[in-house]
Amino acid sequence: MAGHSNYVPQSAAAKWLESRLPVISLIRGSFVDFPTPKNLNYWWTFGGILFFVLVAQLLTGIVLAMHYTASTAAGFDSVEHIMRNVNFGWMLRYLHSNGASMFFIAVYIHMFRGMYYGSYKAPREISWILGVIIFLIMMATAFMGYVLPWGQMSFWGATVITNLFSAIPLVGEEIRTFLWGGFSVDNPTLKRFFSLHYLLPFMIFGVALLHVWAFHTSGNNNPTGVEPKSKQDTVPFHPYYTMKDLFAVIVFMILFAWFAFYVPNYMGHPDNYIEANPLVTPAHIVPEWYFLPFYAILRAIPDKLGGVVAMFGSIAVLFVLPWLDTSKVRSGTFRPLFKQFFWIFGAVCVGLGYLGAQPAEGIYVIMARILTAYYFAHFLIILPLLGFLEKPKPLPASISEAVLAKSGGGQPAGAVAAPDTK
Amino acid sequence: MKRMVGTVRTLAAVAGLVLAGPVLAAGEPPHIEKQQWSFSGPFGTYDPAQLQRGFKIYREVCSGCHSMRFVAFRNLAQPGGPGFSEEEAKAIAAEYTVEDGPNDDGDMYERPGILADHFPSPFPNEQAARAANGGAYPPDFSLLAKARAAHRGFPNFVFDAFTQYQEQGPDYIYALLTGYEEEAPEGVEVPVGQYYNHSFLAANTLAMAPPLSEELVEYTDGTPMTVDQYARDVAAFMMWAAEPHLEDRKKIGFRVMAFLIIFGSLLYFTKQKIWRNVDH
Repeated sequence: MAGHSNYVPQSAAAKWLESRLPVISLIRGSFVDFPTPKNLNYWWTFGGILFFVLVAQLLTGIVLAMHYTASTAAGFDSVEHIMRNVNFGWMLRYLHSNGASMFFIAVYIHMFRGMYYGSYKAPREISWILGVIIFLIMMATAFMGYVLPWGQMSFWGATVITNLFSAIPLVGEEIRTFLWGGFSVDNPTLKRFFSLHYLLPFMIFGVALLHVWAFHTSGNNNPTGVEPKSKQDTVPFHPYYTMKDLFAVIVFMILFAWFAFYVPNYMGHPDNYIEANPLVTPAHIVPEWYFLPFYAILRAIPDKLGGVVAMFGSIAVLFVLPWLDTSKVRSGTFRPLFKQFFWIFGAVCVGLGYLGAQPAEGIYVIMARILTAYYFAHFLIILPLLGFLEKPKPLPASISEAVLAKSGGGQPAGAVAAPDTK
Repeated sequence: MKRMVGTVRTLAAVAGLVLAGPVLAAGEPPHIEKQQWSFSGPFGTYDPAQLQRGFKIYREVCSGCHSMRFVAFRNLAQPGGPGFSEEEAKAIAAEYTVEDGPNDDGDMYERPGILADHFPSPFPNEQAARAANGGAYPPDFSLLAKARAAHRGFPNFVFDAFTQYQEQGPDYIYALLTGYEEEAPEGVEVPVGQYYNHSFLAANTLAMAPPLSEELVEYTDGTPMTVDQYARDVAAFMMWAAEPHLEDRKKIGFRVMAFLIIFGSLLYFTKQKIWRNVDH
């Protein structure tokens, strides 16, 4: 990272600092002079967008925590206190609750981008795995955050999810009691969830730095999947990508503001405006939208332990994705068959999300089973086989050649399937 | 390989058709009509006169059973609300008796309400409320307009994000208050102490007797004194009680949007200028 900078300190102060802690050249090497492929399209801006959303969540969350009370007696009331009495409290809370949804929108796009362009393949496996770890911590953080307002869905969502752990053989019940800090979801549960909800985002921040460190060591992937060959193939990160990312962040903020200011409760559930009541079970317990595909997988398996294993397996399989994909070609752009299966896989995930919101009965369960089977087949059967069966299109010799072919026209059709707005 | 691609496409299409099927098979929940509200849309604002009428209904009819514990008397004079002056809000507060204490002798005592007080609840606890209402618990009013919504289903919920439809709560409250029928349809049993309502989401019947009737509450501004109008006014009032900063939110939202669009456009041209000499 630092090695990418040819920064030479000029002022006395800079020389003094640089000889003791080379932080200026580290930052310059990572985010100023860092050579970045010149052909990254807008799908690559979601990394920067995610960084923005993480910081926004941290800032709004820290202020919300100044006004929130983590207790079953006062939790619900303190959220209403924030909404009604704290100056701009409604704005902080709506930004924070919608920010969680924005985080997942961005992370899902980021992950599917990585899958389409083969960003998980050598030499970027570690970066991908760190990303999956971030995704897991995000899910835990979002789940615990949803419990804090102590509404009906908070309580019953927490009950359903913590009960999953009781399916573990032999020690399941003990683990559940340990998680609860008692014999049901109650005050100790809420307080530890609040504590962890505050802690985990900082862990995300730390792992995110490792995630960036890893792909800054290997260099960015790019839409062609062909590594940069010469200086002609790259541009310095600043000002080229700082400006492009910033523009993308602003566009993303428009979407964010649309939800936070005009339809702030669209992604929420009305039942969460009813205070938690352990004696009244809601008609349908549904998680937040971003968990729905996993919830559908959980309920598709008729056995409790089997469902839990399948649900965690659906994420665990992502860890080994770099070794399941046998194709030598990185980018989906040059893989005609993979491209088809990629979009089917995307549709299957959306379908699972739809089924996760439906009652677990009749045709919905059957459909969920078919789609769950397909989800795993995509990773465990289709991807390994495709590498052998598929005949990829010829790869460009370099990024510059691909760019020239595109602007020149008449060159390999479909070489740039991804949306690219120049 | 062409054939394989074709097969994959066909399979995807079939999967799509099968997935679309279950939507029709789902049960029939009550249909809740959309109503016109002054506070809907990006520039929506509350109509203070309507909120005052709604408050009058709450005070004279609903507050006998329904608490409103998150709303304080000072909120009545807050901008973006029913538009009472501070003196009017003080006078309204003084009409209520509030328990305070303990005093220096250790006794609780009663005094007239002040602006800082919240609306007192009609029952001391849930058990008392149930005992007085045939076992049913009249829910608190403060958040009802955000805590109730009919299931929108696919594809309506997709359109709602674009049309900014956030008025499911007041729509439902209006539908419920105007949804009582003397005669239940055939096959629907109405237990003693229950009333048939074709809009009630949880069941066919509910324990609340039809609370509104023609000319029940006197309007002095010439607004028609009908059940329909009462239902609209109290639903609007409940939306304000649940979301007192709605006007502020939409106003600030507009400024945020305007800033982002202008700043974003300038950034776009800046970015274009920076990239103009790089083929990419």
